[in-house]
This record gives sequence, C-alpha cells and structure tokens, in this order.
Amino acid sequence: MVTIWMVVTITFFLMHAIPGGPFTREKALPPAVMKNIEERYHLNDPLWKQYTDYIQNLVRGDLGPSFKYQGVTVNQIIAESFPISAQLGLASLFIMLFVGLPAGIISALRQTKWQDHLAMSLATVGVAVPNFVVATLLMYIVGVKLGWLPTARWLSWQSVIMPSIALAGYYTAYVARLTRSSVLEVLQQDYIRTARAKGLPERVVVYKHALKNALIPIVTYLGPILAGILTGSFVIEKIFAIPGLGEHFVASIWNRDYTVILGVTVFYATLLVIVNLIVDILYCFIDPRIRLGK
Amino acid sequence: MSKRILFVLMTLFLVVALAAGCGGGETKDTANEGGEKVLRHNHGEEPESIDPALNTTVDGGSIVIACFEGLTTLDENDQPVAGVAESWDVNEDKTLYTFHLRKDAKWSDGQPVTANDFNYAWKRALHPDTAAEYAYQLFYIKNAPEYNEGAANAEDLGIKVVDEYTLEVELSAPTPYFLALTTFPTLFPVRQDIVEANSEQWALNPETYIGNGPFKLVEWQSKDHMKFVPNEHYWDRDRVKLDAVVKTFIAEASTMLAGYEAGEIDVIDSVPLNEIDNLKQTGEFQMITQLGTYYYCFNVTRPPFDDPKVRKAFALAIDREDITTKVRKSGVPATAFVAPGVPDTAAGKDFREVGGEYFSIKAQPEEAKRLLAEAGYPDGQGLPDVAFNFNNSEEHQIIAEAALEMWKQNLGIENVAINNQEWAVFINTRQNGDFQIARHGWLGDYNDPMTFLDLFTTGNGNNDAQWSNNDFDALIDKARLATDESERMATLHEAEKIIMEEAIMIPILHYTENTMIKPYVKGLVKSMLGFTYYDRADIVK
Repeated sequence: MVTIWMVVTITFFLMHAIPGGPFTREKALPPAVMKNIEERYHLNDPLWKQYTDYIQNLVRGDLGPSFKYQGVTVNQIIAESFPISAQLGLASLFIMLFVGLPAGIISALRQTKWQDHLAMSLATVGVAVPNFVVATLLMYIVGVKLGWLPTARWLSWQSVIMPSIALAGYYTAYVARLTRSSVLEVLQQDYIRTARAKGLPERVVVYKHALKNALIPIVTYLGPILAGILTGSFVIEKIFAIPGLGEHFVASIWNRDYTVILGVTVFYATLLVIVNLIVDILYCFIDPRIRLGK
Repeated sequence: MSKRILFVLMTLFLVVALAAGCGGGETKDTANEGGEKVLRHNHGEEPESIDPALNTTVDGGSIVIACFEGLTTLDENDQPVAGVAESWDVNEDKTLYTFHLRKDAKWSDGQPVTANDFNYAWKRALHPDTAAEYAYQLFYIKNAPEYNEGAANAEDLGIKVVDEYTLEVELSAPTPYFLALTTFPTLFPVRQDIVEANSEQWALNPETYIGNGPFKLVEWQSKDHMKFVPNEHYWDRDRVKLDAVVKTFIAEASTMLAGYEAGEIDVIDSVPLNEIDNLKQTGEFQMITQLGTYYYCFNVTRPPFDDPKVRKAFALAIDREDITTKVRKSGVPATAFVAPGVPDTAAGKDFREVGGEYFSIKAQPEEAKRLLAEAGYPDGQGLPDVAFNFNNSEEHQIIAEAALEMWKQNLGIENVAINNQEWAVFINTRQNGDFQIARHGWLGDYNDPMTFLDLFTTGNGNNDAQWSNNDFDALIDKARLATDESERMATLHEAEKIIMEEAIMIPILHYTENTMIKPYVKGLVKSMLGFTYYDRADIVK
C-alpha cells in the first residue's frame, strides 16, 4: 500500500512539473475557451486540491475521466485494453517457457554438441536483435510477402502469433541461456554425483534432482521478466496496432492525459507488487531451503 | 515433478482460453466478400471524440462528415453547395443569413431535421459547460464570444428559429466565408433529445450516435475499427454507392503501408517518408494538397532577429525546392504564407496567383549575403548564437538539418544550434515566446485568406513571432468589416505583403497528404481542409 501511495504521489507531482498540459495544442485556444475547459476538468484548482481529490477518488476505485478521449473513463480504458495486453503477455510467456526452457536444458545436456551450438547461436541472435526489428521483419515477410498472417491489428488467434513471437524473442533467448548455465552448474554439484554413485538411472538424476534445483534462478527472474513483458509490450503494440494498455501507458504521457498517466501507473504498480508476491510464494514451493516465517 | 506437470497444464489451459477468446472477436466485415462494396480506409489514431461539438481533429472530422450534414456541404471543388439547407438569402451588408431547410432531410432514425437541431447544436457548442475547444468556429455569430465567456444569455445570440424549416443567423461582422463555415463539423446539427438523454456518452455508442448524414455508425471496436453503412433515411440516398466503410485505427505509417501492400486496406493517408521514392513507382501514390503552410517562425523581439534584414537573409538562404524534392520528398514549395487553393473571390482566381511569389523556390544566396552584411554580419561574422527549436519527429529533424546546411553554405553561418524538444514542451516554449527560431505549421480552418492572415495581429494567441504592427492590424480590421469583395481582397493582399516584407517567418512548404489509393477506389473526395468525403466514393473492380 505504501509503495503504491508513493508511486501515485511521485507520479502526480512529476507529471504536473513537466511543461505543457492535456490541452496544449499546435493552435493556441482562445483564453475564454481554455478557461471553460480548465473549469470543467478542475485544472484551475490548486495543485494540492487536485491531489487530495485524486487520492479520495482513487480510494473509491475511481480513476477519473480521460482528458483526451471525451466521455471515456480511465477505468473503462484499463478494463478494455488490459485483457488484450495480458493475452499478448501470456502468449509470450508460453513461448518463453516452452521454447526457452527445453532449449536451455537440451543444450546443457548436449554440451558442446551441435544441439548446444545451434541453440546458443540462436539465443545470441535473440538477445541481440531488438524486438521491433523482429516485429518489422515478421510483418514484412510473413504478412506482406507470404500473406500467411494478417499484418496487424487484433482480430483473431492468427493476430497473436507474430506479436507474441516478437515480444518473446529476447526473453526466450535469455531464459535458454540462463537455464543452460544453471543446469550445467547443478550437474557439477555433490548431490548429483551422489545420485549417480548410488546407481540411479540418468533420467531420474536429470529430471528429479538436477532440474528442480536448476529452476530456482529462473523462477527468480520470472518476476522481472513478467514485469518486462507486461510493461514492455508498448513497442510491439504500436507496431502491430494492438489496442492494448502498453500503448496507453506511453501515449498518455505525450498527451499529458493526467488521469490516464496516473491510472495506468497505479494499475501497473499494483500488478507488479502482486506478481512479485506470487513469485516469492512460488519460490518457497520449489526451494525447500526457503520457508515462510523463517 | 507433479507440480511441473500442473504448471504445464495450467499454462496450456490459459493459452487455449486466450486463443478461444480472440477467436470470438473475429470480424469478417473487413473483406470485400460477395460483391459488397466495402471501402477500407485507415483512419490513423482513434479519434478523441466524434461528437460534432467536441471533435477537434481532421480525422475525427471525416467521421462526423460521414454521419452528419451541415446547412451546406462541400462539392468536389471545395465550394459550399446545398446540404440540409436547400437555399439561403443574405442581406446587403452580409450580416444576416436566412437558411431555408429542405423538408425531406431526415435523421438516421427517420425523424425530420429541423431548424431547432441547428439552434440546439450551436448553442451547445458555445455553452461554457460544454467546454468545446472549437467553440471559436462559431464566434462570428452575434454575441457568441460573450455567450461562451458566460457574459451573455442564449437569447442574445444571433441564432433564431423562424419556423421548423427556417433558420436566421445574425453575424457580428460581414463574413463572406460564413457559408463555407457551415460545412465545418462544429456547425453540424445534433439531436437535443438524444444528447440530453445520454449526456456525452451519446457519441460513444452506435445506437445513440444518430446523425443526418449519408452514413451511420454501426460498429465501433475501441482502438481497432469503426464500421459505417449508408443511412437509409438520408435525403440523397442514391448518391451513396458504397455498401460500407470500415475505418481502421493503425497509427504507425509503416504498419499501415504493410496492411495496404497485403491488400487489407484500400486507402492510407500517410506513408513513411523514406518509402516515397519507391511508392511513386507504383502509380498509386498521390500527393493531395492541403490548405496549410509549414514555416519557421522568428521571435522578432530577440536579437539577431529583431533586425528584418537578418530575418530576410535567413529566409532567402533556404532552398525550398531542395527541401520538397530531396529531403521531405513531398509537399509544395512555399513562396508566401497564404497557401495556394485559397480563392481571391474578387479576381475569380487563386489568391496566391494574384498575390504572386514573395520568395523564390530556389535559394538566393547573393541577395541573402548582401542583406546579412548590411545588417552588420558579413559572412555571418559576429552573429550571436542562434538556437533553433523544433519538436522531435523524423520529418522535422531532416528538414531542420537541411536548413542548417543551407544557412551554413549560403550565409556562412555556423553557430545555429538545433534544439530538439518533446512535443508539449516545445509548444509551451513556443507559445511563451522563449525561442529565436521555431518550427511552425498552420492548417486553415476555412477557405479564405483570413484564416492565415489574422494570425499575426497584435496579441493573437497564435502570434508566436511576438510581432506587432499597427498598419497590419488596421488592414486586418478593415478587411473584417469590408462589405465589398474587391476592397477586402486588396486589403488582404496588402496585409500579406507586410508580413512577407518584414519576413517575420520563413515559408518552407505547403502541406500535402501523402496517400496511397488502390486503383479500384473511385470518387473519393478529399477536401483541402483535410476531410475525406465518402458520399460519392465507389469501388469498381
């Protein structure tokens, strides 16, 4: 709660400190018109009053009206666009776990063999190439040249494929490399030698003893990765014209759409707090050395 | 082990669920199926509002124009012709307009369009509580600015409903372009019963978005697309040939181009600048001139630009042809402030044609150098440091870099620093006069030289040059009150001459809309104010 309150307060004052406002226009508005607008949106109230009003509304769960989209509330914007960002995020997470993890495990078990070299070369490319390059290439090759998938927008399950691959690329490669080094490290441990010494089949050694321990560092990174996927989707959403929340997050700052800036920030802050909590709990399940209350 | 399996199953479940969820949103209306004539036009960013009173964007205006109709409407040549009003009378001194409404004009729910629909819409747009940004489009009506400030009553306004089909409008000064203003979305009628029952939500829902135009909104998927079909009750239904219009909300120029090339979109209104050369080869690229000027504005109160000679030297050193052909690869070189396309109503010709060129499209280095030397800075020596502000965008950046190079080559000036700012910060800086040279752009609100020229009157909110000239102010006032067109036009030419001779700004180019239109799209009209008209469009394959 304290974290979220601090986030709101800092955002509120920073946002009002930057020059320009929600009604800054290339064509200046006549003073009378501007006065009517400020009155309507309470922008002529002293800043402390705007702040306390906002906090009061926030406590009631009311994030206020958007200044830019007339008649639309911030709650509506989040309710409409977050599920789309979440779908995109989950699809990326799915790719990350089901491509990145196995790739890392295989290259660790086949260390210095061709499987390892192939997976790690691809992973290096994945980490090095920015997601917007992947996105543009995919759109051009698969969408325009081959015509296999719709180039952009969010219409059907086919629309999910390219953006989620582009978004997952970096993280998948990252997870693959992390998994590989983690598995390799665990395989050097004494208890693995013990397991092998007592004659357990290799399959059991790897799957029961090695993997479980190798997953710990990956789960640790799951929190930051999830945060990265959720908040970092805006470039991909912009390129593929996906009506998600990530784009609002960034565009609201250009637009000085004060209520949207605050609303989306509060929402993301809350989400990140929850995600981190879940990861911490997950941690206890996987690593018996960590227990709540200790 | 079992936990991992559970995890896998849960993830699989989520993915299946999300795939199913997406499938539900699939729309088939974006394909030209079964011979249906569907025009797919990319709109750009989703409009902020499609309420005629609250909309401020050109794109949003095209939607309002599709769904509503004003007293008059623009024809293919950008001239106002009969819309809801079938005829009108104007008194001798052009301050009293009487509009006679056609009796067969209907709303999309079948109700007749009456004079009160206009009366209500205009008063609503002007009312302080509506807080409409474009309220000033109605400020020509008697007592309208006062009403907007809360200093006059609704009865004092020069809007009178004579009977159901007669509307009388009294203006505070003769305004020859008032008729053209009635084609502007802010002046469109709205339904009192609908608006009052739904407040501002009425314009967010296809069911309550009742219009009187050629089309009606039937589908709105937030941030993705809108779909329109012909309004069966429109009085001139036969003019409408399309079966539907789908407007998609893709904001990125490269993404819309991909959609266009993949055949998912028929018309796009902007293209990435670096693709223009390739796209010109396709034969589908069209530059549509707009009523607007891209220019560099001087702050005439700050040295060295308090000296007209320095300003003029900077302006003469710019090669407008190079900028439009080699740098921006689009646009029309600007030789003066008022854009071509504005008529000189007295001469029956283009205002630009009568007024002539104040700057050549090529740079004039000798003349520029001479003026700079006369001002005391031969070859740029001793010139104070100059900061040149613009807002960050690729387009502004490349034009600014070209200008910098031209000043360096043609004038020998090396101490101009470019200052690239975030958009709202930039606008703030410029409006506060906190700059020496700043990028500027002006798009006309109506088709008359006044929409450009009154910008530079003393104290005008858009007079970022901080310029003040009594002779100029007097000319603009004279033109405002003039009842004789030839006198008015002569005065406006004289006013423009002062601006250009004083060189308070450097005209760079006149805007063009860089569009790609599929060859099977016919009759799509784009006005110089930037609006798209679908009522005559057709698809012929």
